[in-house]
Amino acid sequence: MAIDRNTVRHVARLARLALTSEEEERTAAQLGHVLEYIERLGSVDIAGVEPLSFAGDASEAEAVMRDDAVRPSLPREKVLAEAPEQDGSAFVVPRILE
Amino acid sequence: MNPSLLPLGDLSRALDRGEARPSAVLEECLSRTARLDGKVHAFLRLTEGQARAAARASDERRARKEPLSPLDGVPVGLKDLFCQEGVETTAGSRILEGYHPPYDATVVRKLREAGAVLVGKLNMDEFAMGSSTENSAYGPTRNPWDLERTPGGSSGGSAAAVAARFVPGTLGTDTGGSIRQPAALVGCVGMKPTYGRVSRYGVVAFASSLDQVGPFAQDVRGVALLLRAIAGRDPNDQTSSLRPVPDYDADLEKPVRGLTIGVPKEYFGEGLDPAVEKSVRMGIAALEREGCAVKAISLPNSPHAIATYYLVATAEASSNLARYDGIRYGQRAPARGSLLDLYEKTRAAGFGAEVKRRILLGTYALSAGYYDAYYLRAQKVRALIRRDFDQAFAAGVDAVVSPTSPWAAFRLGEKVDDPLAMYLNDIYTVPVNLAGLPGISVPSGFTQAGLPIGMQLIGRPFEEGTLLRLARAAERALALPRRLPPLLERT
Repeated sequence: MAIDRNTVRHVARLARLALTSEEEERTAAQLGHVLEYIERLGSVDIAGVEPLSFAGDASEAEAVMRDDAVRPSLPREKVLAEAPEQDGSAFVVPRILE
Repeated sequence: MNPSLLPLGDLSRALDRGEARPSAVLEECLSRTARLDGKVHAFLRLTEGQARAAARASDERRARKEPLSPLDGVPVGLKDLFCQEGVETTAGSRILEGYHPPYDATVVRKLREAGAVLVGKLNMDEFAMGSSTENSAYGPTRNPWDLERTPGGSSGGSAAAVAARFVPGTLGTDTGGSIRQPAALVGCVGMKPTYGRVSRYGVVAFASSLDQVGPFAQDVRGVALLLRAIAGRDPNDQTSSLRPVPDYDADLEKPVRGLTIGVPKEYFGEGLDPAVEKSVRMGIAALEREGCAVKAISLPNSPHAIATYYLVATAEASSNLARYDGIRYGQRAPARGSLLDLYEKTRAAGFGAEVKRRILLGTYALSAGYYDAYYLRAQKVRALIRRDFDQAFAAGVDAVVSPTSPWAAFRLGEKVDDPLAMYLNDIYTVPVNLAGLPGISVPSGFTQAGLPIGMQLIGRPFEEGTLLRLARAAERALALPRRLPPLLERT
């Protein structure tokens, strides 16, 4: 399946990825190639099949619910220390309201 | 023999008997690494100071002859996606350069509690996306058996470090084959446990319905000891299973007589290197000599596994990797404009080509108008792949046996420009992740050129014990000569 550059641009925007025009072109070709391979799934008979989204033991799904109780989280200063920009109490981001 | 060259299981016994001292073993490992890792590039960084302190503490415990964990004093390396408090953790990506996690992953805590000596962080394909370690932002790892070739991936550093005898054991992760394929390509044992067997808390996520943590060692017993130490319920990972963890080591030597192994015809077809097929068939014959029944089976939906995987895994990855936005941790690109501009530039600068490709594919597959045709359809085919295995197990098969990889180690650069050719590395391993089953790769022999070959065993959910017993039986019956990679012989 062929992918055009407008589609690549749209998907890149959804994914919050800035692409160079060279990357756009290469991505269009490579994604098209991979999607062509993936198209083969179209021929599989999936009538009446329930999708499998959890590969674990479904019988345990109930048992592993925990109480919704408050518990200690990581110390604020240790977490903030990893941020590219912070003011001692919060993460700093560019202005989002004018 | 120098204890630091011993397989993990034998080293553990030597430590128990007082024939080896943890600090001395560690120094041997560190000096071998210092001498040879310039050629291999298995480690991204060593934590020598912490390791020496941990080894000294183990020396004292061992000297007191207390009953100890079999891992007490054993040097262990970690793939660079396990959070270790205060130790840089990059997942092979520029975007996490300089990130020092404020906490330990559960498996890291468990290894510490078992007395293991944590030696350092190992190279990997960026965010575990790749099959050759060439997608690491920090340069590829090389195969100790042939430095022009790949050790496989994504846990290539974890595999190479064991093969080069830098450490007797390591941890990796396996989303589509990332433990088993590199184990096969470097000639060691590597296991992907059942989905839910090991906690993923503090493990950098790739595809959450597929990711699982597992061990590498030169020997099956080493893998059994590591698995027992890291497995079990963790309240911090809601997908971890409540089932008790068996003592895998205690049952390891039990006979396998009467077990049935299934040989799926789809795993021995076109594309399989004849040398690999011959070796795996010898492995099957060895299990037959140990008393296993061999049964021809069919897993008819296996040919759809790669396509299914590249939809499920990329869709989940596109969501998991949304967290790398330059706000809370890791790198932020200089951006003067809006928040959106900051996100887009940070991610453009921080991610490598393969990670971008997969994020874009996953985003496309989940985007409006395509969800039913791609992601939902893939989840349905996934159910069929699981059903194939269920039917084989219901028909009396205890384990499925196959090659781990269609070929031995390939040359660096050989497949890096062709994403589809690279994806086909995982043709025999991917179905196991899709079905959530345990799988192990055990050495079955060598090619004429002296490159290792691996055989895969796939089991019922939570039947790691049966797989380890079968792998041990193959190891015992094949009795492969204990060769050292040429890299080590020269020194």
